[in-house]
Amino acid sequence: MSQVLEVKNISKSFKDYRSEWQRIFSWFGLKTKPTEEHYILQDINFSVTKGESIGIVGKNGAGKSTLLKIITGTLKASHGSIVVNGKIGAILELGMGFHPDMTGRQNAFHSAGLMGYSLEEITNVINDIHDFSGIEEYFDQPARVYSSGMQARVAFAVATAFRPDILIVDEALSVGDAFFQTKCYERIARFKGEGTVLFLVTHSIDDIVKHCTRALFIKDGKIELDGSPKDVSNRYLDELFGKQSSKKPVDKPTNILDSISKGIHDLYYTRPGYNKEEYKWGHGGAQILDYVTYADGKQYPQTIDSKSETEFHFKVLLKDDYEDLTIGFLIKTHDGVYIYGTNSHLLLEGKKKLSAKKDSIHFYKFILPMNLNAGHYLISIGISTGPQNKLIPLERRYDSILINVNRTIGFSGLLDLEANFEEEQYNA
Amino acid sequence: MKNMFLAVWAYRFFIVSSIKTEFKSRFVRSKLGGFWMVLHPLAQVLVYALILSQIMRAKLPEVDTQYAYPIYLLSGIIAWTLFSEVLNKSLNIFISNGNLLKKMSFPKLALPLITIGGALINFFIFFIVMFIVFGFLGHWPYHALYWFPLLVLITLSLAVGIGIFLGTLNVFIRDIGQMMEIVLQFWFWLTPIVYMINIVPEKYHTLIMLNPMTGIIMGYHNVLLYDKAPDLSLLIYPSIVAAISLVLAMIIFYKAREEMADVL
Repeated sequence: MSQVLEVKNISKSFKDYRSEWQRIFSWFGLKTKPTEEHYILQDINFSVTKGESIGIVGKNGAGKSTLLKIITGTLKASHGSIVVNGKIGAILELGMGFHPDMTGRQNAFHSAGLMGYSLEEITNVINDIHDFSGIEEYFDQPARVYSSGMQARVAFAVATAFRPDILIVDEALSVGDAFFQTKCYERIARFKGEGTVLFLVTHSIDDIVKHCTRALFIKDGKIELDGSPKDVSNRYLDELFGKQSSKKPVDKPTNILDSISKGIHDLYYTRPGYNKEEYKWGHGGAQILDYVTYADGKQYPQTIDSKSETEFHFKVLLKDDYEDLTIGFLIKTHDGVYIYGTNSHLLLEGKKKLSAKKDSIHFYKFILPMNLNAGHYLISIGISTGPQNKLIPLERRYDSILINVNRTIGFSGLLDLEANFEEEQYNA
Repeated sequence: MKNMFLAVWAYRFFIVSSIKTEFKSRFVRSKLGGFWMVLHPLAQVLVYALILSQIMRAKLPEVDTQYAYPIYLLSGIIAWTLFSEVLNKSLNIFISNGNLLKKMSFPKLALPLITIGGALINFFIFFIVMFIVFGFLGHWPYHALYWFPLLVLITLSLAVGIGIFLGTLNVFIRDIGQMMEIVLQFWFWLTPIVYMINIVPEKYHTLIMLNPMTGIIMGYHNVLLYDKAPDLSLLIYPSIVAAISLVLAMIIFYKAREEMADVL
């Protein structure tokens, strides 16, 4: 039978009772009404056949993890049924249950035991686990001396030491380095070839498109879209970065600033790509009211093609007279690595001072080519006053804009240094 | 329900491995290592045997040694230690493993077995140490030792039964765990461990016998102090209570197991 998993009308609700005793009575058939019932998942239906690999996307709290937990069996669905044919291997959290004082080897035995394997079965694969982890002699040292990457390596090696019929990978692979990730994906690919179904939960759309044959977009506990990875990721990006309201190519507006010129209200947070987890601070002598991003002929582009000239315009209200303003700009990866930071003082080489009158509105822009690898990046902006060695921050909006860079031809690392390559002819 | 037990059997390696890990991790970073497993009970036994034998020289009827009281006390303590260790750990077993239960799918009943295994090893070491010390005191109670496994079995059943029953409820109503800590203190003093039952006024005897631990502890006294078979009639009532609590524990656990991860 090629059907590996069938999920029928699954719903999951968490119930709150006025008193926990009522919950206990309800197990014995007593009719007690929960005071509140939150539905985390509603009417989930799908079935999976051998060899499919399914990406699951959705915002935090959409219900992805709950769905996976129901499939693995740690949570029980409130309604509906689920049929699993075969063994499930789940990498929900790498290094779950690792004991710091035990060696990697002992932990490997123990975790494999937690997956239900016998001593004999584990002994047969322990050398594989050791080899695959690639941590050499550290394998026989206590786990407390491991880096998180090393721990992830052992954990992944254990979790995939036996080929499961369904493999669930929940945002776990982001820990290891690129080399190890590649190794993991190779192993996953081999499993897929042998018929394993893969569930991949990740916020990296790229991985979904690269590794999956199908994708589910979960929104508010429901399957919003079940389709090809391409369709699903586009839909998901719409959701994240705001739908491209005008599909028809906009004529390049005569002035990009038209869209943000009006008013003195803070409209920053209403813009597509705004990151509400931003960190805003400063003593308040200025207010960054609005922004517009522009690339490839689009305002607020949902994706920016790598290498595109990209513009960031900011609208700032100055609340006092200033003689010497500095506007700062910073790009980070979504996991916090600083990629590039600069400011107006550096860019103008100190030749010109920016000044402003009280209650005036000024516009500033940064233009730069996005020579970055595919992925999500966070933009920070700040405005300060004073001499360079004694800057007083007026307002800073760290990580306030999320951009998504798209790239067809990949490379490894973050920055495209635009290498060239050719074979040389040389006759000695 | 049968599948529940089969699943546990499949996890036997994990259970053994967990017990080992628990002990290893306790001693792995100390120089004396596993020797501490012996030193702790040895210290406890020596305190009772050497110090109490000097302070409390009360002779017990039927026993002809100045060490009668320490032996009496130790026979009760060893049983109570097993009982309270298993009961206490079972009470919090699902809560303390909450993270594991939420993230991994494995038979939950493996957890109490790990607890029992660990407690049994502690008990066994305690017992050996105690027996050797008894020997040094000139007391070799080996004639009725074959009754010992039965006593241990009843003690464990009672502890696991009550422990899992309340431990399951404790996941949902956390006050139960707190309350039991207090109850256990009273329970200890309401069981004839430190004192002899004959110093209790006659009118309270039925009340004391209502405590299922009383009969069990008196069994240990018989075997370890009086060197004779336990009074089986005193074990019937504790066995029934143990059996009932085990059944209730299984029922409540069976009903609760699916909702447990929701509230952990």
